[in-house]
Amino acid sequence: MSNILETKQLSSGYGDITIIDNISMHLEPAEIVTIIGPNGAGKSTLLKAIFGMLPIFNGEVEFQGKAITRKNPSEIVALGASFVPQTDNIFPSLSIKENLEIGGYQRINELDEQIKKMFALFPELAKKSNEKASNLSGGQRQSLALARALMLDPKILLLDEPSAALSPVMRIFIFDKIKEIASLGVGILMIEQNAEEALKESDRGYVLAGGTIAFHDTAEAILANPEVGRLFLGLQKE
Amino acid sequence: MEEILQLTIFGIVIGSIIGLGSMGLTLSYGITKFANFAHGDIMSLAMYIAYFIVVDIGVMGPTVFSLSFGWGMFLAIAVTVILLAIFSVVVDKLIYKKLRRDRSNIVTMAIASLGVGIIIRAAVTMFWGPYARLYVPGIHEAVPIAGSKILIKPDQIFIIGLTIVVTLIMYYLLYHTKLGKAMRATADNPDLAAVSGININNILAYTWAITGALTAVAGIMLGIQAQVYINLGFNLLLPMFAAVILGGIGNPWGALIGGFIVAISSEVSTAWIATGYKPAVPFVILIIMLIVRPRGIFGSNI
Repeated sequence: MSNILETKQLSSGYGDITIIDNISMHLEPAEIVTIIGPNGAGKSTLLKAIFGMLPIFNGEVEFQGKAITRKNPSEIVALGASFVPQTDNIFPSLSIKENLEIGGYQRINELDEQIKKMFALFPELAKKSNEKASNLSGGQRQSLALARALMLDPKILLLDEPSAALSPVMRIFIFDKIKEIASLGVGILMIEQNAEEALKESDRGYVLAGGTIAFHDTAEAILANPEVGRLFLGLQKE
Repeated sequence: MEEILQLTIFGIVIGSIIGLGSMGLTLSYGITKFANFAHGDIMSLAMYIAYFIVVDIGVMGPTVFSLSFGWGMFLAIAVTVILLAIFSVVVDKLIYKKLRRDRSNIVTMAIASLGVGIIIRAAVTMFWGPYARLYVPGIHEAVPIAGSKILIKPDQIFIIGLTIVVTLIMYYLLYHTKLGKAMRATADNPDLAAVSGININNILAYTWAITGALTAVAGIMLGIQAQVYINLGFNLLLPMFAAVILGGIGNPWGALIGGFIVAISSEVSTAWIATGYKPAVPFVILIIMLIVRPRGIFGSNI
């Protein structure tokens, strides 16, 4: 299948400091790809660079075969990509419904229909539609963050640690939702600290270390690789 | 008791002016995250633009509804609102936007705005001189409220009425329009607003325009209530900041209520203390409140 997202020799960082260098990777429609790696490897930087939130020093980002390098986030959203940051991923003083309306900011029509679809996907949010988002529990916040990002029917979803700070039960719930979203044809590129758990739900994985891709393979192969397991997944396989 | 009620009425009138001014101040802070020290001087500029329209051009016309002014003042308010909305956007594009792009800190931004304020004051003084003026000369009689001994001027009823109308418009704008929701979202979490597809630069421009419009209304109301004098706006800057902090920084309703608290407390205090001390009263309340509730009465969210 053709790539929906591709980076070619991408370099980016903060100020003059290069954090990620020479990153070439791709994502296909309906595919779940997880990026793992130690803290400071540049995982979040990669997502932010793809989404136009950081300057690109070198290389290209292509979305649906067209370059989106150096476009700003609102232009990238308009093309059909969504991003869920790790923290501060909801608008706490807005109601749940208003959070979704902001998610659908660029949507011209059928906003109410789309909100209904999100409430069907995340029923626990429907009951609290007019409540302030700051009242939600951690898992509900993550659900709202996902729902907000889905309001424009994106073709790809970038997720920065969607299971961070969630209970084991909520982690399973969120990963199930991510699989459900991917099954609708949305390509998912996510970063995860809970690497083993995330890879089990993924099609492929990239291992990022020191700002470059150290390794990439199918999720199954990465999980089976004793070296990767020992270095990045905390597994002690003999 | 009558004296207290009379002072309260007076406080509500002044509170309307401080409240609307503070609403603009807090709204621009909520989204741009810096304290605009030019705010008071922009209020003064508004009162002079209205003066230019109604007196210098001479469109006031005969008085209406027992007010001291004619229909021309309504036209002046509308025109000044539009001009100051444009002015605020242009100042942002010319000065603050560049500073933001260079990632200047909030102190640099605040000092730059103080500079803008000084330039405005100097320019107004160049054109109209340093003397106080009146939209309409003469004494305007107050009327008793519902047969009581408490008096209010028709102009003051107009000020309170206009404040209510503007507040309702602001409520509708912030809670029932796409733009208002995007403004609240941007104030809440600008990074997430950007990744949700909101063009932050557009929202900033709209915010400055709305702030300019609110400042215009507050400035002209101040000119109607007191006189047209260049220092009046700057003199209200500290009470407006007090109102903003009292209500919770970034919260327009808090700023409005804060404005009433500031004005009513200082006016009513004159029943017991000398008038010269009244400006201190709201600041005593502010200090106590900051100790008890540091995020303001209503918190910081819109």
